Parts: sequence; C-alpha cells; structure tokens
Amino acid sequence: MGETDAWTLFTIVLMAGVTVLTRCLFFLSDKPWTLPHWAQRGLQYAPIAALGAVVIPEVVMTQGALIQTWQEPRLFAVAAGAAWFFWRKDVLGTIVIGMAVYLGLRLGLGWGL
Amino acid sequence: MFLRPAYYRHPEYRIGVRDLASVATGIGAWGLMTGVAMINSGMSAVEAVAMTLLVFAGSAQLASIPLIASGAPLWVILTTAFCVNLRFVVFSAHLRPYVMHMPLRERLVTGYLTADLSYVFFSRRFPHHPDASTPASELEAQQAYLMGNCAVNYVAWMGASLVGIALAKVIPTHWGLGFAGILALLGVMLSLATSPLRIVSMAVSGMAAVVAWALPLKLNIVVAIAVAVTLALIIDAQRTPHTGGGSHG
Repeated sequence: MGETDAWTLFTIVLMAGVTVLTRCLFFLSDKPWTLPHWAQRGLQYAPIAALGAVVIPEVVMTQGALIQTWQEPRLFAVAAGAAWFFWRKDVLGTIVIGMAVYLGLRLGLGWGL
Repeated sequence: MFLRPAYYRHPEYRIGVRDLASVATGIGAWGLMTGVAMINSGMSAVEAVAMTLLVFAGSAQLASIPLIASGAPLWVILTTAFCVNLRFVVFSAHLRPYVMHMPLRERLVTGYLTADLSYVFFSRRFPHHPDASTPASELEAQQAYLMGNCAVNYVAWMGASLVGIALAKVIPTHWGLGFAGILALLGVMLSLATSPLRIVSMAVSGMAAVVAWALPLKLNIVVAIAVAVTLALIIDAQRTPHTGGGSHG
C-alpha cells in the first residue's frame, strides 16, 4: 500500500467530475440539443474500444512484452471467464470462475509467479 | 436525493428497492473486487476511500487503476475514464425527457446516482418517456422508483467497496486478487460485444494497445481507442451508404 499523494487525490476529484459530466451531459442544457450524427455512431464503438485497450494488454503482456509461455494463469482464467459469460451472460460468474481458475493455477501449480 | 421523504414514502420507491435488490449481490462482489484492486495497485487507503466515495463509477475506476499506478499523465487518465464512461452519455440522452422537469441541481444529482443497472431497470419499468401531457404524479412516481433503485445500488456498491479496501490489507498481494478487476472489466466488455462491428472495435483496440505499448505516457490506450473507433466508423459508413441510419451497433 502506497503513500497518499496530493496529485492522485486531485486526479480522483477530476475523475468524479468526469462521472458527473458523462452521466449528466444531456441534462445540462434546457434547449433541444443533440450530438452530431458521427458522434452518435462513434458512441456505439468507443466504450468497448476503451475496455479492449485496457483489458487485452493486461492479459497478454508481462512487463511490456508479449508473454512467452502457455503456463500463464491469466490466459486460462480469461478463457474460462469468457466461456462462462457466453453461456450465462453473467458478469459475477465471469469473475468467480475466472478467479477460481486463476488462483488454482497460480497458488496450486505456481504458474505466473 | 433518495433520502427525500416525498420519494421514500412513495410506493414506487419500494418497488425500485425490490427490483435492484435482486442484483445487489453482483454489485456487491464487483464493489468488493474494486476495493481490493485499488489497494493492491499501490493506492493508499485514503486515496482508495476518496476514489470510492467520489468517483462512483466501477469500470472507470478499474480502468484508471493501472494508469495511476504507472504514473500516466492526468489527461490520459481522464480521457480513458471519459471513454469508459461514454455509455453514460448515451443513457443521459435517453433519460433526458424523464428529468427535465426538475431544476438543474436535482438533475445533476439524479444523473450522478444513476449507474448502469439503475438505468437498465428504470428504462425497463418506464419504457415510454413522458411528454407535456404527463401528470406531475406520474413524474414523481418515476423519480421515486429511480431513487429507490439508486439507493440500493449506492449502499451495496459503497459498502462492499469499503469492505474490499479493508480486506485488501489482510489478503496477500502475491495471490494477485487485483486480477479480479480485469475479469470484471472482461465481463462488462463482453456484455458490450453485441454486434460484429463492436467486436471488431474491441479486437482492433486491444491489438493496437499491445502494438503501441512502447509509446510513452500510456498513450497506447488513447491511440488504440482512436484507431478502433475510426476504423469502425469507416466500415459502418461503407456498409450503410444509402440509409445513413447507423441504427445498428
């Protein structure tokens, strides 16, 4: 656990501002108001792109390089979690199954340590 | 605003509470993991509690954790949070007619409190948005339902997150429990993968983020989003040259 850092707290306050801004963007003005058409279409693809850009490197990379071994618990955990999601459409189960596989391989077989 | 008597004495408030209670366990687990992930990334307890109480947006918090830990610049963190939160912009466009009868301050509080599942339940219960002929009693019933809904969500999320922050100290770091945050993001990501073009956007963005990993300041995230959305828009425009609808996605 780290030290409390004023810059991080400042970042957190601005992130709260991002929460308010995004959840309330269309509540702000009393005038009839819509996004440009291209932006409305872009909204279809940006959230999943943002998550893909964060999640996929966290799964397939270690310290800035692609992982070189198949004995990597993250790969099996993600495969198991994704399989569960496609079967049951359930985010909670995705976490539970993925973590069960992850911890089993990591603590049981010592992979990825 | 879910503490206002006019709302919590309304019968719709109780229905809102009951509906969201059906998924409160899932929200709690997600909050618990977010609390653990924040501490395991190296944030202090004060920072983690501040982030829980202020930011109140699980996916944006989880997405920002590795960025904050690696010292990414402020604008990259905020851009990433904004993009992860873009779905709320869509929700706010949808919910606009339901809230415009209230003053701005109450609209802001309502928007801030309305997270994913509250939006899903609310739009399911009130599929037809109000117009000029809608009576005030109906508007109040809708708002009471939403606030009952949001109250359970808020309590489940905040309570579990704070428990997670406390528990993270007794769970050994080498277990790697913070990976649960990535799995939670994986679940949300897959739940968004509802069309072929969205899957293209996800795959392109993930590959671009890996290829551009060496860029400084975590710029690979922003580059990846820009590349993926641009490509998806180009493909979309070529698929629908005549309708100009963009209704699929």
